[in-house]
Amino acid sequence: MRRRNFLLLSGGGLAAAGLAACGGSGGGGGEGGGSEVEVFTWWAQGSEKAGLDALVAQFEKDYPDLTFVNGSVAGGAGSAAKDMLQSRLQAGDPPDTFQAHAGLELADYVDAGQLEDVSDLYEEYGLTEAFPSDLVELLTLDDMIYSVPSNIHRSNVVWTNTAVLEAAGIDPTAVPADVEAFIADVEKAAASGVAGLSIGTTWTQVNLLEAVLMADLGSEAYNGLWTGGTDWSGGEVTTALEHFEALIALTNTDRDGLDWTDATQMQIDGSAAYSVMGDWAVASFQQAEMTDGEDYGYFPLSGGEPIFGFLADSFTLPVGAPNPDGAKAWLDTISSQEGQVAFSLAKGSIPARTDVDTAEFPAYQQTAIESYAQDAISPSLAHGAATPVAWLNDISDATSKFTTGASDVSGYQEELATIAESHASA
Amino acid sequence: MILPSILLIGIFVYGLLGVNFWTSMTDNHSAAQASGREPVAFVGLTNYLDLLLTEDFRHSLANLVLFTAAFLVGAMAIGFVWAWLLERPLPGGRLFQTVYLFPMAVSFVASGVVWRWLLNSNQGENASGLNRLFQMVGLDFLQNPWWNNITFGILAIALPAIWQLSGYVMALFLAGFRGVPDELREAARMDGASEWQVYRMVIFPQLTPVLMSAIVIIAHMSLKSFDLIMSISSASAYQTKVPAVDMFLFKSGFDYANSAAVGAFLLIIIAFLIVPYLVQQHRSRTR
Repeated sequence: MRRRNFLLLSGGGLAAAGLAACGGSGGGGGEGGGSEVEVFTWWAQGSEKAGLDALVAQFEKDYPDLTFVNGSVAGGAGSAAKDMLQSRLQAGDPPDTFQAHAGLELADYVDAGQLEDVSDLYEEYGLTEAFPSDLVELLTLDDMIYSVPSNIHRSNVVWTNTAVLEAAGIDPTAVPADVEAFIADVEKAAASGVAGLSIGTTWTQVNLLEAVLMADLGSEAYNGLWTGGTDWSGGEVTTALEHFEALIALTNTDRDGLDWTDATQMQIDGSAAYSVMGDWAVASFQQAEMTDGEDYGYFPLSGGEPIFGFLADSFTLPVGAPNPDGAKAWLDTISSQEGQVAFSLAKGSIPARTDVDTAEFPAYQQTAIESYAQDAISPSLAHGAATPVAWLNDISDATSKFTTGASDVSGYQEELATIAESHASA
Repeated sequence: MILPSILLIGIFVYGLLGVNFWTSMTDNHSAAQASGREPVAFVGLTNYLDLLLTEDFRHSLANLVLFTAAFLVGAMAIGFVWAWLLERPLPGGRLFQTVYLFPMAVSFVASGVVWRWLLNSNQGENASGLNRLFQMVGLDFLQNPWWNNITFGILAIALPAIWQLSGYVMALFLAGFRGVPDELREAARMDGASEWQVYRMVIFPQLTPVLMSAIVIIAHMSLKSFDLIMSISSASAYQTKVPAVDMFLFKSGFDYANSAAVGAFLLIIIAFLIVPYLVQQHRSRTR
């Protein structure tokens, strides 16, 4: 009898938990109401949180009737948030708007019919003129636009520690003409007893790979890798992969256990000369109270042609959002001149609009703003602008295999070509 | 009276298992199919065969086997020896029990963060973590790249797993030792058995059920040690790939069919362990 009672109790407990779970998700959708706007991000700390706070302040000024609801999910550089978002969209319980990297990362949500076309808003808010045409083109999938960028980041930046370079006998102001010249410099730096190039876990290695590919192939051929115009098994890709191999050989051996912040910290500590990282790294140098130009330097990795490796944080309008008007208000704020400036100043990025006053931006951002207006813009691979998620996952796997030494250049290239083939046909 | 729990478990465990097996036998490989915008077709065992034919998945399986073997043998051996030592009255025995059992209270993610640092792969001048410790005590030859070795790297991740679960195995075995009535030991001693013979002939045979349940618990923990691996290494790191990580990656790439197929593989593997255990349990109960 006792055992039965126990089973009954445990069954009852399970039932209660199940009901509570259903009630929770159902209630979440209902509460959205007319005045609350749930904004889903993975900006929970550091400069990202500061940027979000700046946006919220602007939003409350623009739309005092609406209440901002913070739906941020912390952890794993966004992977925890993306996983949760995927389940919520699948379950028909979308937030009012969510953060995503602009570009093909959105393709999966679009294919699943989970995003609304927001091209009307581009007309309404006058964004088509405010954003450079290259950018609008990158954001367009099948004549439709599914997201509004809040800012722009650059992915192909080489960061240097000036003191370490000088100690190795390298002129810190000279910019190497191409990847080979860069490798020669890294070798020279490594010979002085530090790590030539500091790097972290797989995605930072993919970030390096993309920078090398951009520099070696040029913007047109690089973009062709994703659209089918460039052959992955071609000779120029081989050269780029050989360069990548040479650079990886000059990096710290504990790379797979580090994140990008640890890799940048190595430079700040003076135990590494170079790193290739997106321009959010500038915040780390600033926090370490290093002086731009004196203590650290930067230049885009280039093979002659100036290329801006692009990624953008952007916001969307999901199908079935409980408060679509609120979401549109949020999109208005983040795309407005004030919103873009406030956010980028706090987060360390640059505005996507070209018609804002950029005088108060610090020195690094000034150079980025200048190249953004002039250079060819190429989508970042590591940050979801160039490919759908599954393609990037496969490239990450192949890259990890290569950098741990489980495959050689030819095997790696073969794998990349196979991956491209399977995803291009899918 | 027991109907509610049967119903709930029927739906939420066995029903969903069925859904998983069904999904694993479809061609549901894209976001459009996952959301029902495009049709999903039945493809039988194709996904399973395709997975087995890819070298990367076989690498994951090999890693899983290595990890499970090291984890099982390590945790069993250490846990058993501790239990054996603590079984006899010992000053401060309670304290040791607590000390050994304590790591189990730490979550895999929390200990993973610490072990990630301890298992730093740098050697020589830049060494840190355990490699640095070896250097300081003059055992330089023990320095190694830990989990960054392509073939055996996964064994390094078994170290924290063993560290964490040995205490639990000890507790299981201690309970087993305590469950052997003193009368039996006394009787054996009266019959002239040496202390070793008492253990070998009287106590160890009675520990078999404990051993079996310990093996099943550790083995299924090993299949689930996704969190430990992810917090020490990362999702795409080739060195430490196991099927659980593949399952996660497939899911995040909207490839639900392959994700379900990997999950089914894990279930089948654990069934190989648990079914014989259940059969044995059943036999011993009905005997």
